[in-house]
Amino acid sequence: MDNFWASGWGWTIITVGETLAVIMGVMVSLAFLLWGDRKVWAGVQMRKGPNVVGPFGLMQSFADFFKFLFKEVIIPAGADKAIFLLAPLLTFVIAFLAWAVIPFAPGWVVMNINVGILYLLGISSLGVYGIIMGGWASNSKYPFLGGLRSAAQMVSYEVSIGFIIVTVILLTGSMNLSDIVTHQGGGIWNWNVFGGGGQLGLGIIKLPVMFGMMVMFYISALAETNRPPFDLPDAESELVAGYQVEYSSTPYLLFMIGEYANIVLMCAMISILFFGGWEFPVPLPLAHDGLPYILISLLTFIVKVVFWFLMFAIAKAIVPRYRYDQLMRLGWKVFLPLSLVAVIIIAGYRVYGGAL
Amino acid sequence: MTVIAIAFYLLALVTLASGLMVITAKNPVHSVLYLILAFFSSAGLFILLGAEFLAMLLVVVYVGAVAVLFLFVVMMLDVDFVKLRQGFANYLPIGLVVGLVLMGELVAISIAVATKGAAAGNQPLVATAAEPNIKMIGHALYSTYIYLFEAAGFVLLVAMVGAIVLTLRTRPNVKRQDIFSQVTRRRKDAVEIVPVKTGEGISE
Repeated sequence: MDNFWASGWGWTIITVGETLAVIMGVMVSLAFLLWGDRKVWAGVQMRKGPNVVGPFGLMQSFADFFKFLFKEVIIPAGADKAIFLLAPLLTFVIAFLAWAVIPFAPGWVVMNINVGILYLLGISSLGVYGIIMGGWASNSKYPFLGGLRSAAQMVSYEVSIGFIIVTVILLTGSMNLSDIVTHQGGGIWNWNVFGGGGQLGLGIIKLPVMFGMMVMFYISALAETNRPPFDLPDAESELVAGYQVEYSSTPYLLFMIGEYANIVLMCAMISILFFGGWEFPVPLPLAHDGLPYILISLLTFIVKVVFWFLMFAIAKAIVPRYRYDQLMRLGWKVFLPLSLVAVIIIAGYRVYGGAL
Repeated sequence: MTVIAIAFYLLALVTLASGLMVITAKNPVHSVLYLILAFFSSAGLFILLGAEFLAMLLVVVYVGAVAVLFLFVVMMLDVDFVKLRQGFANYLPIGLVVGLVLMGELVAISIAVATKGAAAGNQPLVATAAEPNIKMIGHALYSTYIYLFEAAGFVLLVAMVGAIVLTLRTRPNVKRQDIFSQVTRRRKDAVEIVPVKTGEGISE
């Protein structure tokens, strides 16, 4: 049977299995992260949050899930039916497509491709279609305004995210996400957020630059995923709920799962690009191909992702919403020039400073 | 049939069908959405050819940026479909001529490739594990074709500056937020505490 697993069909079956495993893992963790998000939000506002279904309200997300599933799908009379239903599906599918290249632990990645970062950029730029299509197909003013807002917002912040990622690529010399992680191995001082190693001497210049890039990536990720304080596409005080106004039942559920999958994806990206992905903060005295090392790596990665999700949740709870022109100013007049300068500094360091 | 062949025929079929739908769909928004599907499936064809970098670039640039702007504009247009159909017969001859010329060129290229091989005279570069696609394209762009590459960049820059010059107009009497002056404003510039004696008021 050795030959079969090496053949095209065997490879296809293995990959489908891995994909299902990743999707199920992400879906189940989303349920609990959603609960955590609401708990943090409630805690900041001195409420209790979900606490009825299951112990500590842990099963709340599953109860919500079934509630949405059993409701009626209402399609507005003037809506473009095909696109109206396609939009949430697209959001959902694209949100999970990107997880294909995320390395969870050494060797634990569905597709270890050389252009992994470009793939992530491409897929995240597709995410905007679900929102525009949903906003347009609803044939209603508020969703349409929300769709237009999100189109402009996501396109703007993609530019600065792209340049921030270029600084990381310049530091590590690879677009392969697994290579980027292993390059940051060997201790906390090798993480990209602190300059990716070699900070002594001229390399000290990388430390403030990369730390700033990390902060900018975090803020851009908030804007890219339409999270507060940048949730203008579904600003409930101005646009009711933006592009989601006309959605009910399962289509709405798909939108919401897609949105949260994107948020967790951004948490995974910031962990991988700046905080060493699966790498433990101190060098471990373990064989790098043994099972204990892989399990510790997996746990490290999960802890990092959950930490960043907590940061997203806290930002949602404590920061007031931006005005739209302020959002555009921040994206184009602050982040874009700053990230360009950072690219020039890091490129200069790579030419005149040191090796990788 | 191998997996690769199935993937190729599937992607090619989707590309052709969505290309056809771009020109036949009645609603312009549907046309743009089919165009996006065509871009996306041709990116898949690039991947089958082993040109993964080009495929990702196609998705990032065309699908992620150009088509979004397309969709943005088309959605906001108030299109009168009856009016749109009226000129169809008038433009048909010109359209046919352009289509025939394009088809002739494509056939000529196919014949040249079939008889002489792709890019006759130049050996096509083949990506290997040690020298992946991105590295080869980078080498070619930044060494052999550096001047042309920079010139292409300048063309885009000129287009961008031109667009800004054409649309930029400074309107008087518009209140703008000056973040710098807002942030640098200090308490002593704005507020003054004056001890007021009872029954006397304050003079300027």
